[in-house]
Amino acid sequence: MIHVTSPIAVLFFLGFVAITLGLSFYLGSRAKSSQGYFTAHGQIPWFVNGIAFAGDYLSAASFLGICGMIAFYGYDGFLYSIGYLAGWVVALFVVAEPMKRLGKFTFADALNSRFQSRGIQLAAGVSTLAVSVFYLIPQMVGAGVLIQPLLGMPHWAGVLIVGATVIVIVVTAGMVSTTWVQFLKGALLVIFSTVLTVMVLNRGFDVKSGGNDGHDFRTLGPIVGELPNAASGLAELAGYDLLDTNGKIGLPPFLRTSDKETGEVVFWLIDKKRNGETFLRESQTLSQSPSGELFVNGLPKGTGPGQASLRPVGFLSKLPEGKTSTGPLGPLTFFSTLQQSEVVLWQSRKIVQPSESNNAPDVLTVFSPQPTPGSQVLRPGESPTFKGIRSEKFADKLNFLSLMLALFCGTASLPHILIRYYTVKDAAAARKSTIVGIACIGFFYILTLYMGLGAMTSGSLDVSDSNMAAPLLARGLSETLFACISAIAFTTVLGTVSGLILASAGAVSHDLISLLTHEKLTEHQQVRVAKIASVVVGCIAIVLGILFQKFNVSYLVGWAFSVAASANLPSLVMLLFWRGTTKQGIIAAVLVGMFSSLAWILASADTFTALYGLPPENALVPFSQPGIVTIPLGFLTLVVVSLLTKPKLAN
Amino acid sequence: MLPKSSRLGLVLFAIYLALYSGFVLLNTFAPDTMEATPWAGINVAILYGCGLILAAVVLALIYGVYCGVSEEQSSEEQS
Repeated sequence: MIHVTSPIAVLFFLGFVAITLGLSFYLGSRAKSSQGYFTAHGQIPWFVNGIAFAGDYLSAASFLGICGMIAFYGYDGFLYSIGYLAGWVVALFVVAEPMKRLGKFTFADALNSRFQSRGIQLAAGVSTLAVSVFYLIPQMVGAGVLIQPLLGMPHWAGVLIVGATVIVIVVTAGMVSTTWVQFLKGALLVIFSTVLTVMVLNRGFDVKSGGNDGHDFRTLGPIVGELPNAASGLAELAGYDLLDTNGKIGLPPFLRTSDKETGEVVFWLIDKKRNGETFLRESQTLSQSPSGELFVNGLPKGTGPGQASLRPVGFLSKLPEGKTSTGPLGPLTFFSTLQQSEVVLWQSRKIVQPSESNNAPDVLTVFSPQPTPGSQVLRPGESPTFKGIRSEKFADKLNFLSLMLALFCGTASLPHILIRYYTVKDAAAARKSTIVGIACIGFFYILTLYMGLGAMTSGSLDVSDSNMAAPLLARGLSETLFACISAIAFTTVLGTVSGLILASAGAVSHDLISLLTHEKLTEHQQVRVAKIASVVVGCIAIVLGILFQKFNVSYLVGWAFSVAASANLPSLVMLLFWRGTTKQGIIAAVLVGMFSSLAWILASADTFTALYGLPPENALVPFSQPGIVTIPLGFLTLVVVSLLTKPKLAN
Repeated sequence: MLPKSSRLGLVLFAIYLALYSGFVLLNTFAPDTMEATPWAGINVAILYGCGLILAAVVLALIYGVYCGVSEEQSSEEQS
């Protein structure tokens, strides 16, 4: 699809950035000490901190990724919502208050509170830095993915703008400005998602055969006789030349025709029903020439004459009781109606077609309609990510268990979430702000289901880009709302990135640098080191964001969660609940957890296909998600090493 | 000895852990149960999923109220 840049969206975004930077400079003049820089003097009100938790946590992956996954595959995206929220229960009941009691600035502080060990400081500092950088990559890539359709700038510009803005936010006022940015973003995200949900419910469902541009996708048939010859007799194909002739179909399961006037090549999915009837369903294609030019349905991508662009989709083909429109729906009837309807989902297939001009063969992506019963849309296991739960193989089921475990354990170990416990004045405030965070995030995650399913039936979906589902849903409803949602989606990245950079800067200046210099840094020096570290980490993030452009965002997020859970959670939990924990045990658990989860990911089938371009069968581990192996491994390492290094009792 | 609030926290945590494990295990080993529509024409997947999110919020509120009350009591006892 071709996205027209919305001037209001640009205006909203610039306005938001201006407010944020203004706030940073204003607050920066008041935060001079290291207390002020890292933890905002512990003076952030608990309610503000709670909303800031939501702003910190609801990253681009949450908002765009989950809504997009629901819009494309149905229920499965919601499994992420459930897992991401479940992690907060661990954070509240197990980690929040002890973290606040034990630590001062960073995660390493808390781990090190009993031992004062340089080894723990080093291991915890390195793991904080590693997790932060892994989590930063998808955020930066997300910024680039977003900016192009939203503001009409290239990928690198998006990454650069976010990077530069965040560096300014973090360098000027550290935690104070970061908190307020996250508070603003969290509040706006929840408010506008609520507005969007109410509008989706008010709109209800309509039966249609195409998207908002008015194009009707045709279904021909049932076909009498054998294809392709039978197609030549169809009245609907009178204006087309058949490209598949002489009884042969060149690229099954598609029949190809070419428009006699425009030369547009239309692919028809040959859909053979169980009862023996055959239908032809109009599809869309997208391909790239060796020189990088994009073609849609065989014509150059564009909006001018002789050009074509992907058409918006997302519609229902049947409603219960033969209705054509439901009118406004309630929050419950929304689901029960959809359950009995039929939705047209779009399946994409990559096929290789021999090129007409003797060059390398063209890789073609064909998007074809697939009428799907609502009961199937609303059940788990329909997306490629989670289809493992319907698989016969035990390893596929373990993969799902492993991901759900990593999400459950990962939240409470993310460094940018952990440092937020130090911005409030005491353990009670830490607890209260976590509760506000849970309420806010939980409410938002329930809305993702409405927004995702709303986008699925909005008539404005882009078949080639699931990340755009939520913003395009808003565009289908109102241009101003689209501008707001786009600006918020973009600032979503700002909030999370600034939290991560601050966490990394804290790890460098507070945990790592002090290991190198034997003298203790003064507060002023620490803040200066932290600011330099922020700039360096920010620049690294910009470079990585540009390098990893082609990488799948949600895949990288899962990576960060697994590493965080494996490296940090075992030592954090055991330190709180087991007296026998020794410093060697903690160091070993952090290192083993971090390296084993990283190694597992690098040896997994997902990485083999996505990163090395090798066949997934060659992978060295039986399933891709490491959590179910490496989290217990971390615990085991800690217990074994602690028992081996148990200090001899004096008496 | 853990403070009272921590013990309550662990109990609530255990309750939630049981609910979450139930959900994940049902999904993994009996995905078809998720398709049943026991109430208001809505399937188990949505009811249980939204239920988990609500349960997290409700447990968090119970914990918050309890800790608030016990803190007030202990500060009254001290004074």
